[in-house]
Amino acid sequence: MKIRFRLNGKELELEVPPGRRLVDLLREDLGLTGTKEGCGEGECGACTVIVDGKPRLSCLTAAIQVDGKEVLTVEGLAKDGKLHPIQEALVETAGVQCGFCTPGFVMAAYALLLEKPHPSREEVRTWLSGNLCRCTGYEKIVDAVLLAAEWLNSGEG
Amino acid sequence: MRKTGPIEIVRPRDLAEAVRLVAEGGMPLAGGTDVFVRVRNGQWDPPFLVYIGELPELQGVELREGGAEVGAAVTHAELLRSPLAERLPILRLALSTIGAPAIREMGTLGGNLANASPAGDGLIPLYLLEARVRLAGPAGEREVPVEEFILGPGKTALGPGEIVRSLWLPFPEGKPLSYFRKVGRRRALVIAVASLGALLWLEGDVIVKARLALGSVAPTVLRPREVEAALVGKPLNPDALRPLAEELSQAVKPISDIRASADYRRKVAGNLLLDMAQALSATKSQG
Repeated sequence: MKIRFRLNGKELELEVPPGRRLVDLLREDLGLTGTKEGCGEGECGACTVIVDGKPRLSCLTAAIQVDGKEVLTVEGLAKDGKLHPIQEALVETAGVQCGFCTPGFVMAAYALLLEKPHPSREEVRTWLSGNLCRCTGYEKIVDAVLLAAEWLNSGEG
Repeated sequence: MRKTGPIEIVRPRDLAEAVRLVAEGGMPLAGGTDVFVRVRNGQWDPPFLVYIGELPELQGVELREGGAEVGAAVTHAELLRSPLAERLPILRLALSTIGAPAIREMGTLGGNLANASPAGDGLIPLYLLEARVRLAGPAGEREVPVEEFILGPGKTALGPGEIVRSLWLPFPEGKPLSYFRKVGRRRALVIAVASLGALLWLEGDVIVKARLALGSVAPTVLRPREVEAALVGKPLNPDALRPLAEELSQAVKPISDIRASADYRRKVAGNLLLDMAQALSATKSQG
């Protein structure tokens, strides 16, 4: 089928099977390999993207479900060669080790800060509860999200 | 057999076409949080999926006289953002434990219901509120109480071509206290070992009416009516309810599986009643 959607701000029209998984469409058809597939069944959050401002798991989303929607992936965050404050804060706090889970965390954090620009530490922990990281122990990731919130709220970054 | 290629999905124009496609053998697809997992691992093998997630007839949360009508395709997150979550604290408590934020944006109340999992967190408030399930099918619409809709694990009263259209959630009388707790091995994305939801009506410290619903301890969500009746007249504190915790452990019918043994589930079910007494008496004394 023909689907039409906005991806990272650009209008796209593609001929794809309606059941094509969004994660495959992004990674294989469009070459956007920032989005990662971890478990493939909604347990790990590595494939998180933003659809119409809300977090969604791209491994459990079919092409037909983004028809007419606005999709944002990790590739859409950096502007003019400058990282998004959430990404910058992850570098700053050393919230990245192997990096495989990072794009999912970045997108989940992005969704959180859209909904709650001033989250508490506990709210960040709860919100990121759907994302697994096997390296960092999470503390630095939570630090990063709080730091990014601070930067965004003070107009820096 | 594990499926590798994409499954066929069709998008009906309206509810009538959806009903026709489901009657032809299509499986309804809304959020996809369960359907895609089970189709991919080969557990389910429908000839095609019918995408009803964005059908206008299945949307909306409407507060009316005496209750609220919730469209089957309303997501958990939409419900949590709606005024209904304020009006029915039990709904907010239970739905906010489902999955994690992304799953709550995708999964729907109707999907949770049609899935008929004994562990469905979203089902517990439906049993407590004595919700009614509104179905659309080839012969028109009908309404079934939630306890008659769910027949067993993954089994529902849906006839051929029928889909869940909406849910009617009656507002409870008065101001009951609400309790929900899920015990699992991880806080997020967890399938419960056992869960308990409750609505308790009090006069002073004494329970005058009680509804309990337990998840993951029987083939369906369970209302232990003998324990509900025995709660009436008891003061709301753990010491007074200790004998009933034992009774509740005996009333449940759990299985042993990868997550927990049946004996452990019995023990947790009983302990949850004591936790309820402790948690609710604490909130009460705070006013």
